[in-house]
Amino acid sequence: MMPRYTRLSGLEPLVITPDLLFINVGERTNVTGSAQFKKLIKEERYEEAVDVARQQVASGAQIIDVNMDEGLIDSEAAMTRYLNLIAAEPDIARVPVMVDSSKWSVIEAGLRCLQGKGIVNSISMKEGEDVFLEHARKVQQYGAAVVVMAFDEQGQADTCERKVEICSRAYELLTTRLDFPPEDIIFDPNIFAIATGIEEHNNYAVDFIEATREIKRRFPDTHVSGGVSNVSFSFRGNNTVREAIHSVFLYHAIQAGMDMGIVNAGALMIYDDVPQELRERVEDVVLNRRPDATERLLEIAEKFKAKKGEAVVENLAWREQPVRERLSHALVHGIDQFVNEDTEEARQLSTRPLDVIEGPLMDGMNVVGDLFGAGKMFLPQVVKSARVMKKAVAYLLPYIEAEKLRTGDMGKNNGTIVMATVKGDVHDIGKNIVGVVLRCNNFEVIDLGVMVPAQKILDTAREHNADIIGLSGLITPSLEEMSQVAREMQRQDFHIPLLIGGATTSRAHTALKIEPHYKAPTVWVKDASRAVGVAQSLVSKDLVDHFMAKIRAEYAEVRERHRNRGPGKQLVSLEKARSQRFNGDWANYTPPTPRQPGITVFDHYDLATLRPYIDWTPFFNAWELAGRFPAILTDEIVGTQASDLFRDAQAMLDRIIAERWLTARAVIGFWPAAQVGDDTEVTTPEGEKLAVLHHLRQQVDKPVDRPDFSLADFIAPKDAGRQDWIGGFAVTAGIGIDAHVARFEANHDDYSSIMLKALADRLAEAFAEHLHERVRREFWGYAADEALDNQALIDEKYRGIRPAPGYPACPDHTEKATLFRLLDATRHTGIELTEGFAMYPTAAVSGWYFSHPQSQYFVVGRVTREQVDDYAKRKGWTREEAERWLAPNLDYDPD
Amino acid sequence: MSALPWLHPDRVALLERLLRERILIIDGAMGTMLQQHQLDETQFRGERFAHGHDNAHAHDHPGSCDLKGNNDLLTLTRPDLIRGVHEAYLDAGADLIETNTFNSTRISQADYHLEHLAYELNREGAALARAACDAMEAKTPDRPRFVIGVLGPTSRTASLSPDVNDPGFRNVTFEELVTNYTEAASGLIDGGADLIMVETIFDTLNAKAALFALSELFHQRGTRLPVMISGTITDRSGRTLSGQTAEAFYYSVQHARPISVGLNCALGAADLRPHVQVLANTASCFVSTHPNAGLPNAFGEYDESPEQMASVIRGFARDGLLNMVGGCCGTTPAHIKAIAEAVRDCAPRALPSDNAKAA
Repeated sequence: MMPRYTRLSGLEPLVITPDLLFINVGERTNVTGSAQFKKLIKEERYEEAVDVARQQVASGAQIIDVNMDEGLIDSEAAMTRYLNLIAAEPDIARVPVMVDSSKWSVIEAGLRCLQGKGIVNSISMKEGEDVFLEHARKVQQYGAAVVVMAFDEQGQADTCERKVEICSRAYELLTTRLDFPPEDIIFDPNIFAIATGIEEHNNYAVDFIEATREIKRRFPDTHVSGGVSNVSFSFRGNNTVREAIHSVFLYHAIQAGMDMGIVNAGALMIYDDVPQELRERVEDVVLNRRPDATERLLEIAEKFKAKKGEAVVENLAWREQPVRERLSHALVHGIDQFVNEDTEEARQLSTRPLDVIEGPLMDGMNVVGDLFGAGKMFLPQVVKSARVMKKAVAYLLPYIEAEKLRTGDMGKNNGTIVMATVKGDVHDIGKNIVGVVLRCNNFEVIDLGVMVPAQKILDTAREHNADIIGLSGLITPSLEEMSQVAREMQRQDFHIPLLIGGATTSRAHTALKIEPHYKAPTVWVKDASRAVGVAQSLVSKDLVDHFMAKIRAEYAEVRERHRNRGPGKQLVSLEKARSQRFNGDWANYTPPTPRQPGITVFDHYDLATLRPYIDWTPFFNAWELAGRFPAILTDEIVGTQASDLFRDAQAMLDRIIAERWLTARAVIGFWPAAQVGDDTEVTTPEGEKLAVLHHLRQQVDKPVDRPDFSLADFIAPKDAGRQDWIGGFAVTAGIGIDAHVARFEANHDDYSSIMLKALADRLAEAFAEHLHERVRREFWGYAADEALDNQALIDEKYRGIRPAPGYPACPDHTEKATLFRLLDATRHTGIELTEGFAMYPTAAVSGWYFSHPQSQYFVVGRVTREQVDDYAKRKGWTREEAERWLAPNLDYDPD
Repeated sequence: MSALPWLHPDRVALLERLLRERILIIDGAMGTMLQQHQLDETQFRGERFAHGHDNAHAHDHPGSCDLKGNNDLLTLTRPDLIRGVHEAYLDAGADLIETNTFNSTRISQADYHLEHLAYELNREGAALARAACDAMEAKTPDRPRFVIGVLGPTSRTASLSPDVNDPGFRNVTFEELVTNYTEAASGLIDGGADLIMVETIFDTLNAKAALFALSELFHQRGTRLPVMISGTITDRSGRTLSGQTAEAFYYSVQHARPISVGLNCALGAADLRPHVQVLANTASCFVSTHPNAGLPNAFGEYDESPEQMASVIRGFARDGLLNMVGGCCGTTPAHIKAIAEAVRDCAPRALPSDNAKAA
């Protein structure tokens, strides 16, 4: 039996599974709850009213509650008009609708507009069982779930006992007199205002919470919901206290089993974020823990009072504080809205403009740094904080320059760091993040950008009297380049520390291949969160010696271990590896012929098509949030951050697509191919030789039945008498990105700039995934009826592979040149290859297509000098050239 | 409403047993078969409509108009042809025959000023199919044949605006659709249909109106028929015309507790596959599909051969996605025959509830 989950729908499904924990129903499209929305409807400003729904969905409402119950409005007509209008907006209509009215005729009018499965809010037994059952039957016929209010002929239930009794009776009626599915029943056991000054009201929240617990115990398939803002009604006008009450109330109600609520999705406060003093007194009130709870809350309520005005969703109490605290708050919370006015106010209070930076701004950033260091803040928040800092500094800069001219005072910072992505490489997301984090900690960062030659890095460091040099790179040839920079630093007599970072770098590589070349401190930095600690240790006279002694000891140990590698990892001879090649069973296998051989070009590919193919897990990893998507969104530690980041990403993705920020282009091609040794010969259909692809072979000592793979094995041998094919592709989603990155950087907005680059990368990967699917189904067409969802695609559950030169199955980046020549990729897509064979724009993917059913990804791993020599001969290289390009794969230390 | 007794309990029990035993075959296109006869205006009109309107109802007729293209009218004017098509599909191996009533609603017949025929077209359409099935069943009593009473989408959409400048506008209301479908379904039931199929659903709200009408009608009559539901994914975006994914579509109609849910039309079998897969994964009822014979070519014709289509469908069946399969636009008895042969040795998809029992 399928689990009894509530299955709702708008344009898209919403299945309420236990792991969703709590469903947010957006409350702002309700004329009884929002004066602003009521005004818009009354004045028939429907376009703006539709925007309210859009904001609700964008801020995380999973369902939207629509209510038009107002004496002066024709509620049926308004309900119909409004639901018809939002039906035309895919970004709203994707979520289910909760039709909310106390009048049955309005509910029916609403149900007649819903193509999806929505929720009726509400029905009850207030007019007796017959009317209740008649309405419930209609709800079933219209295909909706239903909210049942704890209301009967005697009135609304206020005690726990009455709530449970009425809900139980309703349940019995619905499931026995009708066959209403239990999972489509949502109980609303009435949330009433507490702390009203009337003693009987004091236990209302407790009654709700306890009733919830009992209802869920009796009827586990049903849900419990409620209008949360009722509970704090007596504090209207004081949004801070109201939100604190909501947060504390929800915290306890959710634990008791409440799993749905009508809330202002944009304004939910985190329980832990409620100030301690307030939280304690609110908790006394909510849980009815002491007779004077209401008085005690009232005593401090004024202190937390925000400015009035309903439109302000966020809590603005902090605006009342002195400017120093305001700046600190803005930095910690990443709010850039008021930064200029606050900075100006702080400047007027200071003797020098620089004092603002060294005083309140640095204090704020220190808080950020401490929270980040303690794991209480996460990278996306830090980057937002940095945006505030940058804007404040940008505001002060003209004053500082004027002051400098007047006095010659330069101010002081923690130190100056020159950073660059090395020659031949163009990847900079990680480096930019490190730069931001270092700036947050009062380092001056001179970022030279990408593809920076060694000499330029060194010259800049000299010119600015830098304290540290930081190198970054993503592709494997960059490792060799970093090692070159280290040698140059030694040769040119540098003494400042060298930091190494980037995806392919490692402690082992730094210890073995970089540190030995440079006598001053050379340190591998694992990720942005470590960068500050390392940099501070290196510039501190007190810390540096102890720190470096530790690092040097570690690296020496790594080298020692490397030298003493046991014989267990011995590789086999090339001849033995070849004798154990993968067997494609060519006698019994006919390779499929592509339906569309030759070159096919795609221009201005629809980004909206690519969106569902995005694999989000690496996106979060780019922001140093660890975990798998979508579980990461509800992760105990990083869930909130991940959700915020995801929401921002979705919002930017909407704009990228709607405003065509990026252009996606691709080229694919298929050519006849034949295996010759460890190479693959590529020809025209007429047999004219186009290219020879060179592959490396695993040399791992394996049992005879397990092959030592080479990509060449997946193509039919020339003498097999089978016509086989190979495909190639190059895709990018990064055309046009530079203008937008420049725009963000001009606005001191690293957060958006990094976000855009990360999203472009994801889109390029999604494009590669999507195109591979089309290749399998259409262009090569060997899996025409394949049907896999995105997770299955991410898990590579399809036939055929698309390995990329530079990655484990074919680690030689230089093969990309052959691929690009065959595809004429630069002309067709605008992707260029750097001298290190990195692709530019960076949001690009290229590789080969193999169709053999048993083709698979593997890691070539380490190779012997014998294979390096053989490979060099095939490539027309010297041994030294081969060793340079294959450096990360060498099983030996070259001469 | 599902607590109501079946109108034909034995037929339903038989159908449900067969559905657990094998993949049942639905027939193919009606329009494609009728086109081959190249009928002219006179043939469409027959005697009763010789003057371009209904002689039997001359008084409430606003005037004559061309009737060519009104395929559903042939049920009255050329019943021999319609019966012939039904028989051809039965001969080809169809277990279930769809009535010639795709456009037999007031809204659709209004294009020909023949609104008043809606009930009659449905009743006669069902009776024709009934007669063909009964005759066949008499010949081979061990193979029961079923009549599917077809409710089409109508020419209007309840959740989409036809006016680009006013997204809130609608040219048909839920209530109008309910009235239309109530009348049509009454005719189908009275004519002897075994099942009702709400099909070619572009806009789920239209379908919900049809399902609402059916449940009211069953409620009034105190008895019910099994209901099949078949949506249409309009293009490769993977959504219905009104924007729903296949999964969202199923949840929107699940309340009707259909005997089957499926997809038909618009796409060929290969392109429908991922969406049928979604239904096979999520639906608690049986799953059906009747795809087109590929996508239309430059001349608007469908040219996927019976062999091509059958081989794709065989893939569906082998992977356990199907309980019922047939054809939509462009398919012929040859297609149905090839499909029937292709899925013969494939087990039907097991219902999730049956699986749970087995486990």
